[in-house]
Amino acid sequence: MSTPDALTLANLIERSGGAGRAVSTRDHCVPLGSFASLSVFGAERERFADRSVALYVGDMAKAAAALIDLDGLARRILLCPPGWDAAKLRSAAAQAECDALAFDEASAAPTLGVDVRLPVRLPLDPREAFKQTPIETEWILPTSGTSGPPKLAVHTLGALVGAIGEQPLQQWATFYDIRRYGGLQIFLRALSGQGSLHLSAVDEAIESFLDRLGASGVTHISGTPTHWRKALMAGAASRISPAYVRLSGEIADDAVLEGLAAAFPNARVEHAYASTEAGVAFAVDDGRAGFPADFLNREGAVQMKLVEGTLRLRSPRRALRLLGADAPALVDAEGFVDTGDVIEIRGDRCLFMGRRGGVINVGGAKVHPEEVEAVLNSLPCVRASRVFGKANPITGALVAADIVLNEPTAPREGLEREIIALARKQLPAHMAPARIRFVADLPMTDAGKLSRHG
Amino acid sequence: MSIRDIVLKEIRAVAAEQDKTLPALTDDLQLLESGLDSLCFAILVSRLEDATGSDPFVSAKASEFPRTVGDLIAFYEHVDA
Repeated sequence: MSTPDALTLANLIERSGGAGRAVSTRDHCVPLGSFASLSVFGAERERFADRSVALYVGDMAKAAAALIDLDGLARRILLCPPGWDAAKLRSAAAQAECDALAFDEASAAPTLGVDVRLPVRLPLDPREAFKQTPIETEWILPTSGTSGPPKLAVHTLGALVGAIGEQPLQQWATFYDIRRYGGLQIFLRALSGQGSLHLSAVDEAIESFLDRLGASGVTHISGTPTHWRKALMAGAASRISPAYVRLSGEIADDAVLEGLAAAFPNARVEHAYASTEAGVAFAVDDGRAGFPADFLNREGAVQMKLVEGTLRLRSPRRALRLLGADAPALVDAEGFVDTGDVIEIRGDRCLFMGRRGGVINVGGAKVHPEEVEAVLNSLPCVRASRVFGKANPITGALVAADIVLNEPTAPREGLEREIIALARKQLPAHMAPARIRFVADLPMTDAGKLSRHG
Repeated sequence: MSIRDIVLKEIRAVAAEQDKTLPALTDDLQLLESGLDSLCFAILVSRLEDATGSDPFVSAKASEFPRTVGDLIAFYEHVDA
């Protein structure tokens, strides 16, 4: 796979220019202009040449620096997301045939039977000039699916940056972890541009992170709708003033889009659709949930169609394949990835209804939790909601909801009935929540999505 | 509040929420003729589980399910909690 013009992260940084650029967290700052002579692995960097490396670190600035060091040098990089325990690491490392480990010296080194183990250290240390021509490294991205063990998607840097055009001077931040597809896109955008990237530290409160972004003059910020609802609750409107707000990873409903437009009247608010398997498909900035129906079946680099109501995508930015002998096929006979996202066409718009596997069956009628959440989230007193099925001896299941109220609304007598009545006006009887619990917060997965188990 | 009062109160609340008109709630009123549909019963059972702390439907056979309002009240009164 050794080609003289293999695209690498080092090329991206060099090509885009810009001075004083850095990737920083609260605790570390990695200057992007120094990787020609410095490395997180110092003089030992070359021991990773042609290895399949499991990258297992806590701090995101360390992860970013190690990625820049390893891309073009290692045969493969397995990007272990935060929160993985040693068992998950071992299982994925075996699948990815890892023979090397880059770990965080700030935490205990996990046991993994590999030939090369090196700590990721900041600040950067001097390294030797390396003679070998950069190779095309395989990037192994675990999917963020919430059921079963993660699938490991194989990408190349060329496909990963396929949706990224020319990037002017933008100061980026993301609520995502950069080892997830959505966050990785922002990392690559920042490296392709002329500005810096600001990332959250492990255990950093969202208020402190937002204040840091405000003080750093960040202009472009991305996160999931769940991230953004949290940010709005944390007073983001007065802490940051972005020119561009990006949402991806979950359904962006009208309520969150309107909330962001109101909080940041000068910002362009855009929601993007992407998945680890299929890559970035499209982005929409007209302020409405869903996407124009004429995106379906049109010609172009990315093609989209519905099969039994579920979105399928054919894209040059998709993963090459899934790792593992018993891995399912990534694409159908015509090269389309089945996203598992259910779409309904209403007028000139395609709306995301939810995941194919996530439906609640109420006496034979199917309910997508996300569709009910969109209605609940549009109510003035509701900030966020999570809809789930509650077992019931009569209908098999009922629709139930956990609701986070808008401050300063406090749960008061009769509010549950009021919300149910309001939902009933917009939803058929079986879809309106039968039971509501008021909660202070909703569980979020490590991927920044609303947790649907818990 | 007695079990009887709780059951009758929740029946009225669910009917009001679901825009159903109830006849007089006498003990011999057939549940199937009460104007409540299966979704209403599902919600009622769920609410009564919270209000009384028990769900007698879980352990009951379908043949033992209550048929009248009086049966329903007795169903909840005779739970071994």
